[in-house]
Amino acid sequence: MRQRKEGNMYNNEMKLEFISKSSNEAFARIAVAAFASQLDPTIEELADIKTAVSEAVTNSIIHGYDKKQGVVKISSWLKENEIIIEISDKGKGIENVEMAKEPLYTTKPNLERSGMGFTIMESFMDKMEVESVVGLGTKVTMSKVIKPKEDKDEDEFKMLMTNS
Amino acid sequence: MESKFYEKDKLLVLKVTSEIDDHSVQEIRRKADYEMERYMPKKVVFDFDSVTFMDSAGIGLVIGRYKFANMIGAKLGVSNLTGSVRRIFDMSGILKLIPTVELN
Repeated sequence: MRQRKEGNMYNNEMKLEFISKSSNEAFARIAVAAFASQLDPTIEELADIKTAVSEAVTNSIIHGYDKKQGVVKISSWLKENEIIIEISDKGKGIENVEMAKEPLYTTKPNLERSGMGFTIMESFMDKMEVESVVGLGTKVTMSKVIKPKEDKDEDEFKMLMTNS
Repeated sequence: MESKFYEKDKLLVLKVTSEIDDHSVQEIRRKADYEMERYMPKKVVFDFDSVTFMDSAGIGLVIGRYKFANMIGAKLGVSNLTGSVRRIFDMSGILKLIPTVELN
């Protein structure tokens, strides 16, 4: 049973910092997934979160810091049934965020980047916002509501009923 | 990654056995290109059956190998797309270009 203290804005909070090495991409998504698992997500919801985190962290490492070393920060909060994840870097920033969000847009096609990062974050999470200042860095904030188990059971029940 | 070459059909099956992200993809790409150059297959199939995680790096990987296969005169297909791997493939639109095939 989850405990909720009156007046507390969040039920839980965590912060993570690591250097911009691509081997930390797996570490980052697994750490956030472990934190998110407190909301009892389905395997699919957990896969959504892992993928979105992986995309954001990869962007910070490949685009934000390019070949330089820097620090990627992740903050995450659990609020009722929602997980909020903020991923930030102090890298070079994005000149045109709207263009970067366009599906298949990439500044590094020669590295076989697909240009799908933001599209995946947008469709796998409920909300996604990008704040970026050229020369200062980029911050991606995403959130996702994890359906409580009772609702999921009910959905499954409804599906069984309509299928039979 | 495990690879298997079927001489009779000139078929090269590349079975990815790790998670696919921007980090792991570098090794997968290197091995895939090596095996393709070594066997010069007519057909190449990427098997995703053992892939427990894939992000958009997987799409870049497949597009890159598709181009490489074209260069050596081979056709490329993908197999065993399930769960979130399937969703990322669907979202990318590359299945209009690259067929999904059944492996026995």
